[in-house]
Amino acid sequence: MKRRSFLKAAAASTVLPISLNGMNLRSLQHTGLLGALGKRSANGKVLVIIQLNGGNDGLNMVIPLDQYQNLTKARSNVVLQESSVLALKNTTKTGLHPKMLGARRIYDNNKMSIVQSVGYPQPDFSHFRSMDIWMSASNSNEVLTNGWVGRYLDKRYPKYPQGYPNASMKDPLALQIGPLVSLAFMGPITNMGMAVTNPSSVYDLLDNAVGEVPATPAGDELAYIRLLSQQTNEYADVIKNAAAKGTNKSTKYPTGVRGGNLAEQLKIVARLVHGGLQTPVYMVSLGGFDTHSAQVQAGDTKEGSHADLLSQLSIAMEAFQDDLELLGISDRVVSMTFSEFGRRVQSNASTGTDHGAAAPLMVFGDAVQPGIIGNNPSIPSATTVNDNVPMQFDFRQVYGSILQDWFELPPSEVKALLGEDFNTLPIFKNSLSRIDAFADFMTQISIGAVFPNPAKDRALISYRTDGGGTLQLCIYDSLGRLIQTCFNKPHHSGEYEHELDLKGLTPGNYIIQLRSPLKSDTQVLHVM
Amino acid sequence: MNRRQFLRFNTSAAAPPTEGLRVTRRTNTGLEPYTSSWNIDDKLHLLRRATFGPSQADLKAFDGLSLEQMVDKLLDTSAVKIDPPINNYGNNIADADVAYGQTWINAPYNANLEFARLLSMKGWMWSLAVNQKPTVYEKMLLFWHNHFAVQMTSIPIASSYYYYFKVLMDYGMGNFKTFTHQITVDPAMLFYLNGRLNTKNAPDENYARELQELFTLGKGPESQYTEDDVKAAARVLTGFNINITSTPISSIFQSARHDTTDKTFSAFYGNTVIKGRTGISAGTDELNDLLDMIFKKEEVSKYICRRLYRFFVYYKIDDNAETQVIEPLAKIFRDNNYEIKPVLKALFMSAHFFDSWNRGCVIKDPLTHSVSFVRQYQIDFPKKTDYELLYKAYGFHNGYMLLNQMDLGDPPSVAGWDAWHQLPIYHRAWITSDSLPKRNEFQDYLLWIGHNIGASYTMKVDVWKITQGFSAPNDADKLINEACHFLLPVNLYKLQIADLKEILLPGGIPDYNWTDEYNAAVTPSYPNHATARQSVALKLGYLYKRIMNLSEYQLS
Repeated sequence: MKRRSFLKAAAASTVLPISLNGMNLRSLQHTGLLGALGKRSANGKVLVIIQLNGGNDGLNMVIPLDQYQNLTKARSNVVLQESSVLALKNTTKTGLHPKMLGARRIYDNNKMSIVQSVGYPQPDFSHFRSMDIWMSASNSNEVLTNGWVGRYLDKRYPKYPQGYPNASMKDPLALQIGPLVSLAFMGPITNMGMAVTNPSSVYDLLDNAVGEVPATPAGDELAYIRLLSQQTNEYADVIKNAAAKGTNKSTKYPTGVRGGNLAEQLKIVARLVHGGLQTPVYMVSLGGFDTHSAQVQAGDTKEGSHADLLSQLSIAMEAFQDDLELLGISDRVVSMTFSEFGRRVQSNASTGTDHGAAAPLMVFGDAVQPGIIGNNPSIPSATTVNDNVPMQFDFRQVYGSILQDWFELPPSEVKALLGEDFNTLPIFKNSLSRIDAFADFMTQISIGAVFPNPAKDRALISYRTDGGGTLQLCIYDSLGRLIQTCFNKPHHSGEYEHELDLKGLTPGNYIIQLRSPLKSDTQVLHVM
Repeated sequence: MNRRQFLRFNTSAAAPPTEGLRVTRRTNTGLEPYTSSWNIDDKLHLLRRATFGPSQADLKAFDGLSLEQMVDKLLDTSAVKIDPPINNYGNNIADADVAYGQTWINAPYNANLEFARLLSMKGWMWSLAVNQKPTVYEKMLLFWHNHFAVQMTSIPIASSYYYYFKVLMDYGMGNFKTFTHQITVDPAMLFYLNGRLNTKNAPDENYARELQELFTLGKGPESQYTEDDVKAAARVLTGFNINITSTPISSIFQSARHDTTDKTFSAFYGNTVIKGRTGISAGTDELNDLLDMIFKKEEVSKYICRRLYRFFVYYKIDDNAETQVIEPLAKIFRDNNYEIKPVLKALFMSAHFFDSWNRGCVIKDPLTHSVSFVRQYQIDFPKKTDYELLYKAYGFHNGYMLLNQMDLGDPPSVAGWDAWHQLPIYHRAWITSDSLPKRNEFQDYLLWIGHNIGASYTMKVDVWKITQGFSAPNDADKLINEACHFLLPVNLYKLQIADLKEILLPGGIPDYNWTDEYNAAVTPSYPNHATARQSVALKLGYLYKRIMNLSEYQLS
């Protein structure tokens, strides 16, 4: 059976409307899953990375409504009133912060995927380290001096900057709207990105006399500045032309200070893409998420600094998506948000939250498979200052999905760029076009009971899968650190039991997580 | 073929490097004293790194001194006297507490005036660099402002910000351990990193983390403190608060908010237990214990020496630098009980510092770029008593720096500016396709157009001032040679120099043409004096512009 007919058969044979995180199979068909097959090219596709600097409080952005009682206990001074949380289409379990009306509309228009609890196995609570880990796509304990986007661009445009710009790539490989170029854009040899604050005016540089440099550190720095100077000149006209040719059509961009700078940055991106710039990756950023204190307004938790930031983010996202649609280019642009970490489950006494671990992120655009990937984080009924949201998905699964399903890179190359084989996630409509992914996506897994709970030394866990495939069972401590991988083996469909060995674990909350390649379920276990 | 094509065409055939700086393999110099040549290039190198760029007068002030005498002079900050920032806004907003021209540092908080005072603070911070006497004091202020970073936007209280900066001024050339103690209890820092909110019932670990991660131990492989150490340190530091009723705001210790239990640290700290104390001196006593424990780790001295190295020498620390410079320097730091001056003295006198390998490889930060420009060309500022105008002139530079991602008083985060900590780019973070054009625009603007402030003042380069400071400006070769040595930290290739000479003597006409023209330009009795003066000024302008448009000008 060919892949296409298998999928048709799979869809047709579905009798009951199987709901997968709020999205049923019929909508899978309608959203173009089948039509996406066969289209395999990165040409013209654009990725926009929206960086939220400082550590975004994910629990105050994507709200786990089924955990409200515990959430309220853990963060009574910052938690939103449950009634104020924005409901999302087709789910009662998860909502959005009340200031994110624009983001909600994108979601309800089937153009957003929310990926729950994205992080990495051994969380680092330093902004700087964690940011570097995200930018370079390294392991927690490893220092890489180049970025994931830079490595991808190096693959796609080999030997850059030698021989660029050229007939097949006249434009900058990556643009940061802002004054600094991120580590993410750093390639193996040179930075693949360019920074621009105002695309209409780039001052001409004179020093394009390319010559030898001395073989000293000064020579290295000189070569760098000269190269930059040369590139700036060569790309300045291209950017200016695109800015002049392009336009913006949305009326939803905010005016005035409160609208914020992020919308302005995204507006530039829309204009440049519309103006014909072939640049495949853009980065924009919004700072201020390090909300240790006063993240909410005392007495009215839906207001405050975090609310302002989410409002700016949401308004900017909606205006940008609206603009892309009006300009007729929304089919080839997707955007993702990310932050270096989320924040602690428990709030602090300063109506703020401290550095945490995993957090949700949003991917939006026409090509995105709408829905929520993963479950709400499990909030313990009694938290300590240490409790964190452990990861359900490694951030490199998100990167891998983008590289494979958006930029159409073969899996072997994705693996080479990310260092390991990370399971991709069904973030894009064409993600499910692969049989294995589709099968994984159809499979439901769940943890039944953990007994006894609280437990000492050992506990028995029951779980089930209705489709089979590889399952992994892990124990995370309250800081979000992976403590134990209990098993990682193939299963047939059915119900199972497993005895957890808890000897030697210090008392406290632990998260038991069952994972298939695309699904996960968690339970909180208290060890005495 | 035009000149540019010619130059490009010839790059592959460029003459092999001959000048002294063009070493092609690295050397193994260390902290042993530098004993080779002691010439003007050496002095310029030292002044470029230890100050915000020398003026010609600075250079003359060191005439006849030996290396050690010069370093001692640079480290002698006993005569440094700095007047505090002032009310420069009085012509526009009334301040009932502070007269126009007087300082606001002890004035009561006034919501309507704090913004104006903070702007005054920023301008004043820039002025410290430009008005510096040739000592390392101001450069160290920048080092510490980046190290113990506090963001003004988070502390919108001008006097508190000033007193935070005063701690950097008072301790920046003194004892690092005492300094760390003082900054820990500084009201602005207690505000910025939530120390004031850190109580026994709700410990806030923000400061305790940065104290270890950024201020003392760093995140190097030998810095193995744990998450639990962060929490224990936070508990040690509970109870400090700020008293907002005092003017200026002061710090206090509230024993009732202090965690009096014992604090146990990890094996990294030898399982140290800091005894929980009660009473009014508990905070200070436990803080002393905490710093004693942290400063016992050799990593503190190494971390700070690495930061100094990245600031003063180069951002890459190779194995030779680590073993031959960082380690012995760190030992000097420890042997001198964390006094800062002996470390700087050893570094500035070392063969490694003067190694030709390490010259010209620092990319100027925007403050150094703008200040050294002003000092090189001896740009005039409004007179001291014209407060508003003077601060507007400073403010122009604050604005330029802001565009180039260095907002004095507002480092981007508690880690300071990327250029001094972000792997792997470090200093290169200053140069982007956005900032490099702006740097050139800034130079060209002040060189050609000038910046008008009010009706009476224009900030603009007078090309004659710098030119007359050279030994023989009517000799084209000597002028170009001296100007390049003064303005650039690396030697140019012959082709680049030929390119510059084209400006003074187009089409390769004989040198005496320049001599004649220059002499006429500076001698009023010559019949063609007026036209020669215009023509020479124009050529000098192009000469300096061309030199500064070279990428080499961004180096120090």
